[in-house]
Amino acid sequence: MKPDDPKVKWVEEPKLGLAGKMYLPALIQGLAVTTKHLFAPKMTVSFPEQRPEIGNPLIYRGVHRLNKDEQGRVKCVACFLCATACPAHCIDIIAAPSPWPDRDKYCESFTIDELRCIFCGMCEEACPVDAVELTSLFDLTGRSREEMIFDKEKLLSVYDMTKDAEPMKSASLGGAP
Amino acid sequence: MLAISIEALIKIALLMGGLMTAAAYFVLLERWIAAWVQDRKGPNRVGIPFTKIKLFGLGQPLADGLKFIFKEEHTPRHVDKILFTLAPISILSAALAVYACIPFGSVLPKGAIPGVDHQIELIAAPGIDVGMIYIFALSSIAVYGVILGGWASNSKYSLLGGLRSSAQLIAYELPMGLSIIGVVLLSGSLRLEDVIGSQASSGMWNAFAQPLGFVIFVVASFAEAARLPFDLPEAEQELVGGYHTEYSGMRLIVYLIAEFLHMITASFLIVILFLGGWHLWGITGSTNEVTWFQAIARIVVLNVKIFGVIVFFMMIRWSWPRFRFDQLMSLAWKVMLPLGLVNLVAVACFVEYEAPLKAKLGVLGLTAAMWGLSLLAWIAAGILAPLHTDNSARKDEFVLAAEDRNLGLRSHV
Ligand code: SF4
Ligand code: SF4
Repeated sequence: MKPDDPKVKWVEEPKLGLAGKMYLPALIQGLAVTTKHLFAPKMTVSFPEQRPEIGNPLIYRGVHRLNKDEQGRVKCVACFLCATACPAHCIDIIAAPSPWPDRDKYCESFTIDELRCIFCGMCEEACPVDAVELTSLFDLTGRSREEMIFDKEKLLSVYDMTKDAEPMKSASLGGAP
Repeated sequence: MLAISIEALIKIALLMGGLMTAAAYFVLLERWIAAWVQDRKGPNRVGIPFTKIKLFGLGQPLADGLKFIFKEEHTPRHVDKILFTLAPISILSAALAVYACIPFGSVLPKGAIPGVDHQIELIAAPGIDVGMIYIFALSSIAVYGVILGGWASNSKYSLLGGLRSSAQLIAYELPMGLSIIGVVLLSGSLRLEDVIGSQASSGMWNAFAQPLGFVIFVVASFAEAARLPFDLPEAEQELVGGYHTEYSGMRLIVYLIAEFLHMITASFLIVILFLGGWHLWGITGSTNEVTWFQAIARIVVLNVKIFGVIVFFMMIRWSWPRFRFDQLMSLAWKVMLPLGLVNLVAVACFVEYEAPLKAKLGVLGLTAAMWGLSLLAWIAAGILAPLHTDNSARKDEFVLAAEDRNLGLRSHV
């Protein structure tokens, strides 16, 4: 691109006035601003004692959960769409023939490596039956690497933990229950 | 002899203990101010260990100290081990040795301590006639610490960082020296005690008598202490580190403590040279005949002033953006140095013709004349000094550069 290309828009900075060249007025201005903030109300959230407020828990991307249907069975149909969509390759599913008549397969084992997960929410987008969802639990900690690999039981228990506070999104967002 | 040695040892212990504690707690204060300016709360968790008592986070420096003790001491294999260790030691010892000649109060009343027949002065080495020269000679040793650290690290980033920092330190030493000469001329002595004494007896602080010198000294001490807006020696995140890129653990901490001590020294000097030291009109008196109340009031006044200057240092950090290196240099050589000369000449004239001028103008008139002159010089410097703050792209320059390139191409063809 040439500098005299008509598409290039040249912006001239405003010239410094006398006060700007004197350094000190600008310094005093800066000091006034900082001093004002010194006494302004603080916005710190003292985390363990005080929980931060999450704007809309339905669109927050925290720890995963595996949803259950009305009969308390896992909703997943082991289609592998979430594992395929996952950019971090952290979902591991073993499929097995379903013991229930209403579907062919179900997940015998379903693990998510929360250490590798980047909480992008692609798995949630990909799932055709809204089985995997991200909750608003954000304080995800563990004492070992193994503890951070969530298996099916743990993911289902996250559902039990959060189902009251956060109903299944598919229902509220107009999807199939 | 023994009594004097014991007296000196007690003073040194008081000073060192006070300084090290102050440095630790100023780190906490700095973090608090940083937080408050950004509408956060800052460190407020660490209190008394093993209890739930938080004490507004006052235990933080202790925790930091403990952390440093357990930090891994890593020496890269490619460095010159002896110089690598010597560099931070030299900078810290110089920063501490400066305090021999810096008063931390005034005097104690006569006969305050039984068995001591002379009046005790609150300064580790009282009565050294070249005190000021000693102080500024020692503070310039910081340059050696910086260059040595950069050189011994055997890394190009550290070396360049060291050169950059030493260039800055040397450049600002000059205007600083000029503004100090003004103070020396006014008070007629190189001893800091006498500088305070002369300000106290006339009641006219040097900052009022020579505002230009005051501003130059403050700016130069910011640069010498490597505080924002002159913190190019160690802008860790932005400039691929400074001279201590290769340092870690205790040696780095020593550098950082020296850094904080520089700031405290600078505040001491600003207060003593320009803001009247322990003097406060109507409270502290001005002679060495003191009562206990005055002796303590002087210590309190001095420390409150120093605290104020340090808070000012910390507030500036969040108020002004960093200078680019060429701007920093041109400020030193093209603005501060000429202004320092103007100030020096003005103060020299002031001292030479004080009596006749005072008869004609009065004290207030004389001060007003100094202020007017300073203001004029400042405005002149602002207008005349080349503006290096503006580095935006300009169309005509680009077109010229493009034409140059085209011509160059054509001649090759
Ligand atoms: S949130 Fe993203 S990274 Fe995490 S499991 Fe789902 S698809 Fe993978
Ligand atoms: S969680 Fe959803 S997307 Fe993943 S395998 Fe089960 S049904 Fe398919």
